[in-house]
Amino acid sequence: MRCGDFKENYKKDEEIFQSYFVKFWLALFFIFLLIFPFIADHYVLYMANMVGFAVIGAVGLNLLTGFTGQISLGHAAFIGVGAYASAILTTRFGLSFWLSLPLAGVVSAFAGVIIGIPSLRVKGLYLCIATLAAQFIFEFIFVHWESLTNGITGIHIPSPRLGRIEFSTEKEFYWITLFFVVVGVGYARNLVRSKMGRAFVAIRDRDLAAQIIGINLFRYKLSAFAISSFYAGIAGALWVTFLKVVTPDHFPFILSIQYLAMIIVGGLGSILGSIFGAVFMTLIPEILNYLSEIVKLYAPGKEEIFVPMKEVIFGLLIVLFLIFEPLGLAEIWNRVKNFFKLWPFSY
Amino acid sequence: MDIFLQVIVTGLATGGVYGLIGLGFVLIYKATSVLNLAMGEFMTLGAFLCFTALTQLNAPFYLAFTLTLFLAFLLGFVIERLILRPLIGEPIISVIMITIGLGLILKGIMYMIWTPTFRSFPRIFPPKPLNLGFAVVPSGLLWGFIFAIIGVIIFLLIFKFSRTGVAMRATANDQQAALSMGISVKGVFALSWSFGAMASVIGGIVIGNMSGINVYMGDVGLAVLAVIILGGLDSIGGAIIGGFVVGILENLTGLYIDPLIGGGAKEVAPFFILVIILMIRPYGLFGKEIIERV
Repeated sequence: MRCGDFKENYKKDEEIFQSYFVKFWLALFFIFLLIFPFIADHYVLYMANMVGFAVIGAVGLNLLTGFTGQISLGHAAFIGVGAYASAILTTRFGLSFWLSLPLAGVVSAFAGVIIGIPSLRVKGLYLCIATLAAQFIFEFIFVHWESLTNGITGIHIPSPRLGRIEFSTEKEFYWITLFFVVVGVGYARNLVRSKMGRAFVAIRDRDLAAQIIGINLFRYKLSAFAISSFYAGIAGALWVTFLKVVTPDHFPFILSIQYLAMIIVGGLGSILGSIFGAVFMTLIPEILNYLSEIVKLYAPGKEEIFVPMKEVIFGLLIVLFLIFEPLGLAEIWNRVKNFFKLWPFSY
Repeated sequence: MDIFLQVIVTGLATGGVYGLIGLGFVLIYKATSVLNLAMGEFMTLGAFLCFTALTQLNAPFYLAFTLTLFLAFLLGFVIERLILRPLIGEPIISVIMITIGLGLILKGIMYMIWTPTFRSFPRIFPPKPLNLGFAVVPSGLLWGFIFAIIGVIIFLLIFKFSRTGVAMRATANDQQAALSMGISVKGVFALSWSFGAMASVIGGIVIGNMSGINVYMGDVGLAVLAVIILGGLDSIGGAIIGGFVVGILENLTGLYIDPLIGGGAKEVAPFFILVIILMIRPYGLFGKEIIERV
């Protein structure tokens, strides 16, 4: 907290952008995002799209796990449900991408509510196991309901069109991704300062106490599951439309863990943290690939050590962040910001 | 009818092994309230250690087995001290996620050391199957079952009669009371991790001996969750009975449902069982029902 930073009414206190500096830098950052596709090459744009999908998914998971405290080990399953819903709606029913995308979100939200129903009876550890089971059951359905999902061969998805514009390259798809990231993050940021967001936090902190002060657990827990899965569905639909193909291999258990790792590394219960985490955890495998290329160049045959490295690094990051920095990158960011704000005096 | 009996017997034998791995979960959960999702990796590690001792060091089986148990004991101890102890009193998501992270690390390291190639275990049990008249038990399953039962009995005896076992039960019952009676709760935590690791390592050796080992065999560990949820997370006897039930159900699904949908049902059956139990009776058959107060 800065000295001389007084709030005179509640409206000011609840503002998202609290100072002119924040507004200025955010505007600058947004302009950068707008000119970004004109200066970046294909590979960087591909990564930017991937980061975008991860941000949407991670924000959704953080609303459920970070804000409402319901641990979900099945986020990849919801992403898969959204992905398959959008793929099936566009290819079988001939709906346009713009209609199938929100519908995919709705289908995924519906799946989320069904999985969320046990959360009214079981919680903590048991809920965690229930969502884990859901993950494996959905994986099984993706592979074995062949009349609907085409099994392991998967479904090819046409690129979305708007009038005569076809969104087929990384650069064109970037605009779609950017739009949904901005809308998704903006909505989440607003949600957490609304009545519903406060109810979520109350449920996380002590659900029985929350119920006693009049928060309807049934309604808000299921809302959290629905909203979180809606985000997951949108992320999944965008992701597979971008890749132009969907197979069951896209949604393994490790993806669920990766999303949990994102919000833990980024910061549980922080929208900004989910963004940091998503960017960080998406870029790490790429950095490892890059390193393995270098090693391949200088010491051929030794690069195989990088194959399991991704899992080890994910595991290490989870363990180290939980032990040493439980509030994640968002907290580090705050500390750095405060240091410069207060410099040269630390108070 | 014959094939039905055969499947029941196979299911019972598999269930014994499940029960043993489930015991590993329960031992840790009972004392420390931590569900160790890295159990599958403990198992794999045990199988690999025993395998290496048998093939590289040419040790006889009993020696390799003892060595593996000893290493598992150390592993459990070290992991509790380094990773779990800083998290005492943290929210449940941190504790669960840290065991998942631990599992990823162990898996990656095993991948680096032993590579993902599939290996079959050297023969350590006599290969003669046991003929019961109405059904035949393959040698691997039979010996697995025997090992599992012996392991379970030993752990039960330790819990019932030894001083350590009583201390562990006391800690599980009421940590503060145990602390005030002079029991070192931290020591008990470390010990239960060691015991849990040992139980899962035996399970790993038995399963590796039946169906060969590779880095991904630890995925069975997640299916065993159905076993302990059915039996109750904190009940040793429940883990054993849950093991039998899930083993039989799983093999029956393999027999009757697999042909209908073209395979794969056997692997996913435990998770369906899991969801059904959680809906009906979340604390399991013999688990302690939690009463919450604000």
